[in-house]
Order: sequence, then structure tokens, then C-alpha cells
Amino acid sequence: MIRRYLSLRRAGVLGVNARNGRYIAVHNERRFYPIVDDKIRCKTALREHGIPVPALLDVVRTQYEAARLARRIEPLEEFALKPANGSRGDGIIVVGSRRNGLWVSPSGSSYYSLEDLQFHVSGILNGMYSLGGQPDTAFFEGLVHTDPRLRALAPEGVPDIRIIVYKGVPVMAMMRLPTRRSGGRANLHHGAIGAGIDLATGRTLRAVMDDRLVDTHPDTGERVDGFEIPSWRDLLTLASSCYAAVSLGYFGADIVLDRRHGPLVLELNVRPGLSIQIANQCGLERRLNAVDAAHAEPRRLSAEDRVSLALELAASAWSNARRTAPAQHEPDPVEEENAGDGSPLGSDFVTKFARTAS
Amino acid sequence: MTRSGFWIISVVLLIACGLGLAGWKVAVYGYPLTPGVTDETWTVQARVRLQPGNGPVRATLILPSATPGLGRLQEDFVSRGFGLDVQESDYLRRAIWTVRRASGIQTLYYRAQFFSDPNQTAFAPTPAYPEVPALDEPFATALQSITDEVRSRSADIASFAAAMLARINSPSPSAEIRLFLNAPEFGGDVITIARTLLAGARIPTERINGFLLSDSDRHATPISWLAVHNEQEWLFFDPETGRQHMPANLLVWWRGPGSPLEIDGAELVDIEWSIRRNEVASLLLAGERANRDGFAFSMVSLLSLPVHTQSAYAVLLLVPVGAFVMVLMRNIVGVRAFGTFMPVLIALAFRETGLVGGLLLFGLVVATGLMFRFCLERMHLILVPRLTAVVTIVVILMVALTMLSAALDWEVGLSVGLFPMVILAMVIERMSIVWEERGPQDALVEALGSATIATLAYVVMGLEQVRYLAVVFPELLLVVLGLTILLGRYSGYRLTELFRFRDLAREPQPS
Repeated sequence: MIRRYLSLRRAGVLGVNARNGRYIAVHNERRFYPIVDDKIRCKTALREHGIPVPALLDVVRTQYEAARLARRIEPLEEFALKPANGSRGDGIIVVGSRRNGLWVSPSGSSYYSLEDLQFHVSGILNGMYSLGGQPDTAFFEGLVHTDPRLRALAPEGVPDIRIIVYKGVPVMAMMRLPTRRSGGRANLHHGAIGAGIDLATGRTLRAVMDDRLVDTHPDTGERVDGFEIPSWRDLLTLASSCYAAVSLGYFGADIVLDRRHGPLVLELNVRPGLSIQIANQCGLERRLNAVDAAHAEPRRLSAEDRVSLALELAASAWSNARRTAPAQHEPDPVEEENAGDGSPLGSDFVTKFARTAS
Repeated sequence: MTRSGFWIISVVLLIACGLGLAGWKVAVYGYPLTPGVTDETWTVQARVRLQPGNGPVRATLILPSATPGLGRLQEDFVSRGFGLDVQESDYLRRAIWTVRRASGIQTLYYRAQFFSDPNQTAFAPTPAYPEVPALDEPFATALQSITDEVRSRSADIASFAAAMLARINSPSPSAEIRLFLNAPEFGGDVITIARTLLAGARIPTERINGFLLSDSDRHATPISWLAVHNEQEWLFFDPETGRQHMPANLLVWWRGPGSPLEIDGAELVDIEWSIRRNEVASLLLAGERANRDGFAFSMVSLLSLPVHTQSAYAVLLLVPVGAFVMVLMRNIVGVRAFGTFMPVLIALAFRETGLVGGLLLFGLVVATGLMFRFCLERMHLILVPRLTAVVTIVVILMVALTMLSAALDWEVGLSVGLFPMVILAMVIERMSIVWEERGPQDALVEALGSATIATLAYVVMGLEQVRYLAVVFPELLLVVLGLTILLGRYSGYRLTELFRFRDLAREPQPS
């Protein structure tokens, strides 16, 4: 057990206690939490900073409005109904079309009557899905039409790309693929799988399902690794620029690829899950340390520069040394370059470790 | 840096304060660390019977004051019809009973309780050097020659006194000693002779009278002992053997050659001394000692509260202990559970129902409640009415269980009413949401986690030792607080994470 503990520590794996105590508590000021926890405020804040988000169609704040829902949703053909303060994707209803006066989910498997929707909205307002049962707000969001290029990986639901951003620098990413078990939701808790993404190339790696590594999608049996995510650098820049809107030192950005609108930031997460490490076969803390070592105050940089920093680190310090063949990082010019900056825990240290580990 | 310094200092301070206070109570007042420890105490009683004359009666009894090695707890005077006055000065206490007129035999009681107390050393004031006794010949010459001889063979006051006593007690005493032994004015009393002879060398001495406290003795006789002052402290000599030692538990009652009792206006019928040995819980004794010394914390001690308040606090003090167990389980082990404090509250309920019965009842109520909850789900109720409905169902279940178990004579079932029903309702509600949102597996895992934590918290809170420490040393809560802060700063892996991240811990294969 102690050996396991030490080997996790050596691999720089971030545990829940360390994430909460050393990163979230230290780098995230509590006064910024509501901006992120309330999805409506978050959406507004992001939009003010010029970050594309799915459209906000309607907001229901009172039971009075909920009782008169019919007129408001009459014009809506497709939407996602969400609680503003929901967590882990709970309490979301997605509608893709209307048939015989009923609202139908995109997969066609669920139908909702007006009464069902009213009840659901009322439940949201009563705080059924919010943390601690606080009264909440319900909102209707424009339906995301997933970029067909992603359909190869995720035949159903809305896959999204979770990028962990530390001090504005994207440090780790994963593509969350809904499964039949997750009911179209992209939350790992619900049974979705998460494919790690090589930050340098935007290529998917192996995936995590129930905290175990898998290579194939459970529904289709297709391999999930080696898929190249389109316009990867733009996605990184998008995630990085979210920092300006929320001022959080550590968060996860969930980005969807829309057929028409391109990348949209679906929501931000103050306590992004840690399974992403399994999908990437790499400890997060190692990368966070590398960011700290590489730059004193990356928050002052522009989003583009932060992405450049991330890509630089990804090419050297974080290089997923465990998976790449040893021959690849023997003569590494970037390593030489970084060795010169004299940082005590610099990238050269991590690379050296990576080499001894492999 | 300053922030990290602050928490470390807080932790150290809290733990040091808690342990320090507890240690102080143990070291100075002898609070026992484990329950059920007993100490010896002795109740010593003097009973004086008087036959009053026609006039006013006045009886003066010297009371024990300071005694080396023994502490006094409480004392009682019983004397019907007499006025009582206790005079205290340094190293001398006297009870004075007076009555204007009395007829028939009068009985006066004085009773005091003593316990071993090694801290007690003061005994009598530092004496002045005595004058060389003015004796007639041939005693003066004999005195001179004895002191000269003994002085030549001794090094200090202690050895001088020992040598002197040895000569007096010798089976074949010298002619000079025999002179003193046979003289009627000394009455053959070793201590009187020794004091006279030692005074010849200007050594201060004192005769002490008292009792050896060991077993109960209904008719104790006072014994006398010789105390010699060596200019720094009192040394004690056994007059019979001349050996210098202080017997354990020698209660010094009075000093000097006379009787401790003086009577005016009455005839002494008899004076009887008795000793009773008692076993007393060390805890009570410690409390009384602390009280006697005016130790501030003994006044705020829980043990001085009324009994029912005490038992309420006994439970209250255990809550942080249970919560601490929960912190350990959640943040170090990584067990998932419903709610933050739910497991502790369930554990408190287990205290009333017993563990097995409690778990059974808990499972029964939650399972049945869950079934009803799923029915409610179909009715599409909104939150607050639905929660109220669940609470109502829980109460109905509890009533039904109680009545059923009353009919079946099932004792445990009757205690179901002690479960916190609102907590049960919240468990059911939360479990049903988890069940629907994340499937039965997650719900059962969390329910099992809650039951595990509750069981552990119950076991820890039920430990006799833990309960005892919580009540007697409430300051140990500071230690719990310090440890909790320490755990709050723990940023290592949880035990379950060692399993969760097992795929990351695998050493990479050589490629």
C-alpha cells in the first residue's frame, strides 16, 4: 500500500485532498464561485468576454412563470432544459424535436408532455438538483448540434472536450464521450467514457471508464485513440481565454463542437474530476508543478501566449513519456533549451524523471 | 508562508494546551487516566466522652494540621449542644467545644479523612535552638560527657541523633545513660530522654504523636515519634530502634509531650481513636483535591454538574469524537456517505438501540421508506411537499415498527423512536435521487459507506475509555480540534484513491 502511495506520488498524481486543499482553496477565490456555479451568470460573463457559448433561450425564475410555461416554450423546437446550479449534469432534459404536441429527446427514446416539463422546471426551482437543495433557476439553452466529424467517436449524445486550465494555462484535456449507459450525457459519473488528449497534437489517447483504462467505445467497439480533434489549438486558446472571464486559478472548461457555430464553451467547472489523469496516463500535479516552474505568473500572459507555453511544456516536460518510445526523447532540443533557464523543478527535471521511469 | 505558519502554530498550540491541561490534572491532582481506579483513604475519628461537672464545660482538642505525606480532605465535628470554635494558626489547629451547662455523659466527635499525598511536606515551623537544659548534678555532668562522646563519633546532626538513640536503646547502656533511664523525672521515656540529651547539644527536637494508617482499627493507640531538625528539614527517628525513617502514612496529630485534649469543668471518661480504611474512586478523590486547592478548572468540571446535565454533556462531548472518526473515514480513507454529519447522528442513535438492532432498524426504515419514495416519484410532487411526505412516511413506519415490536416483545424495535426521523427522511430522499440519477449501485455504495462510518463512529464513541476521557478531560477536545485541523491540511491520497488510480501507479513496462 505504501509502495502504491509512493508510486502515485512519483507519478505526480493529484488526489482529491490535494486538489481541494492545495489548488482549489489556494487559487480559486470564493467570491468568484457563484459566477461559475450559476450557469446563467457564467454564460453571461463568458459572452461579455467574447467567448462563444450556446444561446440562452429562456430563463424561468418563479413558480408563476413555470405554471405558464406553455406560451414560452411554444416557439422552441429544440433545447436543453437545465438547472442553473446543477452539478454533475443532473437534472438536464434535452429536446430535439416535437411530435404530436410532445417534446422528444434527440435520440427519440424519451417523450415529455407539457406537464412533464412543467414538473421538471418546478423541481429545479425548488432546488431538487442544486447543491444543498437551495432554490434554483431553470433555463433553456440552445441545442448543440455536434460537429459530424466527432460522430465517428461518439455516435450519440453531445460529446464535449474537458480542458483543465491552471493559472490560465491549459494543462490536461480529455474528450468525454456519451454512451448508452450515460443516457447521452457526457458525465463520467453517469457512465460516459473520457478519452485522454495529447495536448501537443490534439490526438486522442486511450480512455477511462469507471476509473479503468479502455481502448474502445463500449457501444460501438471502435477504438477511441488516435483521433485528431479539429482545430485543436483554437480549442486550447478558447479554454485559456475563459480565465479572463472568471479569474479562477484552477477550473475545467467544457467545450462542445457545434456543426454551425464551431467551438462553444458549454460550462465551466470549479471542481473538475480527477479521472482525467487516468485517461491521459499522466499525473496532473506533475503538469501543475511544471507550469509553476516554467513561468512565475502565467496569468499575466495573453491567452495565445499561455497556449504557446502549454504546447512548449507539452512537447518537453509533460511529454507523455510513458507511452512514447524512448528513442523519441533522447536528443530533444527543447529539453536543452529548458535546462538553461535554471528552474529548480524545471522541465528538465521532469523529463529526466520520465526517462528513468521508462 | 505566514499562512502555513499560522495553521501549524494553531495545531501545536491546541494539542499542547489540551495535553498540557490533562497532564497537569493527572500529575498534580491525580486524576486517573482510566476509569475504575481506586485509592485508599482513611477516616480517623476521635471520640471524647465527658462527665460534666456543675459549671460550664470547655474541651480543647488539638486537630491534625499539616502532615508529611498525607493530605486532609474533609472533616466533621459532631457535638450536640456544644458550641464549636476552630482556631487555626500556622501548624496548629484547635477545636474548642464549650457549653454552659450539661448533664449526663457528653460525647464529642471529630472525624477527618486523609489520603496519601506525596506533595505534602510541611509539618512544623523551623524551630529555634533550644537552651542547654539546666540540670542538677549528677545529670549535668552525665549530659556533658554523653554529648561529648557522641559528638566525637558522629559527623552531623542526623548521625548524632541516631547515635544518641542507639545509646539510649542499647541493651547494655552506659552508666550515664542508665542514670537518665532510671531517673523518675524522665519516667523512662526514650523520647523525653533523647530530647533532653539532644538539647544538651542544642539540637532542636520535637515529639510527634499520631497514628499509623494502614488497616482499619477500631481502637487505635497513638504512637510517638521523634523529629529532629538538622537546620534545613525535619528528620524522623523511630524512638524504639533509633533508625532514621518516616513510616508511610504516619498521621501526625499533635506535637509535644502532653495530651491533645484539655478539659475544664468536666471529667474525662475516655477518649477513643478509631481508623477506618476506605477505597474511594481516584476520580472523586482527585476532584476533591482539586476543589480543596481551588483549582479553577475543577469548578467548571463536568463532574460538578447535576447528573442529568452531566449525561447530556457526556453525549455532546462524544460528538466531536464521532465527527473526527468521520473525517478520518472520508478524507483519509475516502469512504463515500450521504450528508456531512448524517453518519454521526445515526451513530448517536445506535447508542440507544445497540449496534445490531440499530443497523437492522436503519436498513428496514430506509428500505421501506425508499419503496414509498419511488411511489411518490410517480405522483410528480414538488420538493418541499415531497420531503414532508417522506418525513410523514418515516414517522408512520417508526410507529408501525414500535407497535409491531411491542406486540412481538421485541425490545430493540421499541427504541426506533430514538432515531432522528428528519435525518432518516433526508437519507431516503437523497438515496432515491442518487438511485435515479446514478443508478442503484452508487446509491447502495453511499448507503453502505454511511452505515460503515456510523458503525465505526458508534464503536469508537462507545469505548469505555473514550467516554471516560471525554467527560473527565474535556480539554482533550482541543487535541481533537488540533488533529482535525491537521487532517484538514492533509493533501495526500485517500486510501480509496490508491485503488482508483491503480492504472496510473503501474510501473511502465520497458519498451
